[in-house]
Amino acid sequence: MITRFVSVLLSVLFLSSPAWAHEGKSEHLTISHPWSRATASSQKAGAVFMTITTNGKNEDRLIGAQSPDAEAAQIHGHTMVNDVMRMRPVDGVAIPADGEAVLEPGGFHIMLIGLKAPLFEETVIPLTLVFEKAGKVEIEAVIEAAGARQPSGGTKPVSGGNQDSQPGGHGTHNR
Amino acid sequence: MVRKLPIIVITLVVAVFVFGAWLNLRVPETPENAAVGGMVVNVSIGGPFDLIDHTGARMNDDALRGKYALIYFGYTFCPDVCPTELGEIAVALDELGDAGDQVTPVMITIDPERDTPEILAEYVPLFHDRLVGLTGTAAEIKDVAEKYRVFYRRFEEPNFTFYLMDHTSFVYLIDPQGAVASMFRYGTPPEDMAAAIRQHMRVRADS
Repeated sequence: MITRFVSVLLSVLFLSSPAWAHEGKSEHLTISHPWSRATASSQKAGAVFMTITTNGKNEDRLIGAQSPDAEAAQIHGHTMVNDVMRMRPVDGVAIPADGEAVLEPGGFHIMLIGLKAPLFEETVIPLTLVFEKAGKVEIEAVIEAAGARQPSGGTKPVSGGNQDSQPGGHGTHNR
Repeated sequence: MVRKLPIIVITLVVAVFVFGAWLNLRVPETPENAAVGGMVVNVSIGGPFDLIDHTGARMNDDALRGKYALIYFGYTFCPDVCPTELGEIAVALDELGDAGDQVTPVMITIDPERDTPEILAEYVPLFHDRLVGLTGTAAEIKDVAEKYRVFYRRFEEPNFTFYLMDHTSFVYLIDPQGAVASMFRYGTPPEDMAAAIRQHMRVRADS
C-alpha cells in the first residue's frame, strides 16, 4: 500500500528533547503528547491518549490503530448515563479542519487489548494510527505513572482551531 | 367522566409514588457540600462486607474501623476510568499530607471473575502503597455492590475477545465508625476530595 503522506518520527531528530521526542507528524496532521499509563503484568488492557491537530483546511478522521505490543487496538469513547460509565468502541474520531481532537481520560482513547508485556513508566509503546485521509502515521506513546491524569511532557499545544468544534469531549460519540 | 375517574386516580397515585421514589433515590448536592466536592447522602448506603484482600486473606469492614476509608468500585481490565479514579484518590491522599495516613484507600472489584487476589496484588501497588484490593465470590461482590448502590454489568460485542464492565464510578468516604460520610462523583478533582475529607475530620475533631 502506498502511504499517501510520509510519516515522520521526530524522535531521531530530537533525542535530546524528550518532551517532543514522541510526537508524530504527517503533512496534514500533528499528534501531540501521545501517552499511556504503566500497567501491572496481570493487566492486559491499556489506553492511549493524545491530541491530534489538523494542519490546514482538511478535516480527517482517526479510524483505527495497531500496536506490535498488543493483540488489538480499538478506538473507544465513554458515555455516562445515570452515573453509569459505559465504554464503547466507536468507528472513528473526527478531526475538524483547522482544529483538533483530544483523546483524554474520560473521553476518547485507543484501547490496547492483550498487552504482550507490561508497560513501564518512562518507556514508550509504538503505535500506528490509521486516518481516513492521512493514511498511516507512526507514533510512540510515552508511558506515564499508572494513575497519571495527563502527560508529564507539558500542556496541550495550542491549536489555531475553533475550540467549540472539538469533538473529543466527554461522552460524545462519532459513529 | 365517571369511567375515567379510576384512571385519573391511578395515574395520580403512580405519579406520587414515582415522585416519592425519585426523592428517596436522588443524592442531592447541597451548595455547602458542593463547595467541597462532596455530596450529602440521605439514603441508606454502605454496610458490612466480608471479602478477600489482595494478599488472599479474608477481610471485613471491621478492619477499616478507627480510620477513614476511600472506597472505589472498579476492575483491573478497565483501561481509563478506574486508573483515573485510583490516581485521583492517590493524589487526594498526598494532598492531605500527614492526615492522609488516617485514610485507607480501597478498591473493590466488580469483576471478580477476572480479578483474583493475585491479579489485584500486582495492580494495587501501582497506584498507592497502602491501596487495598478486595475481591470475592460473585455473590459476595453482588452483596456489597447492592449495599453501596453500585450498578455494574458485563458488556461485550460479537467481535470482542474480551468483555468490558459498565459501572457507576463513585468514590465513597467512610468515617471511622464505618458510615458513608460522603460520595464523590467521577471527575471530582482530588483537591476537592481532600478538602471535603479535611472538613469531615475537622467537624469530628470539634464535636
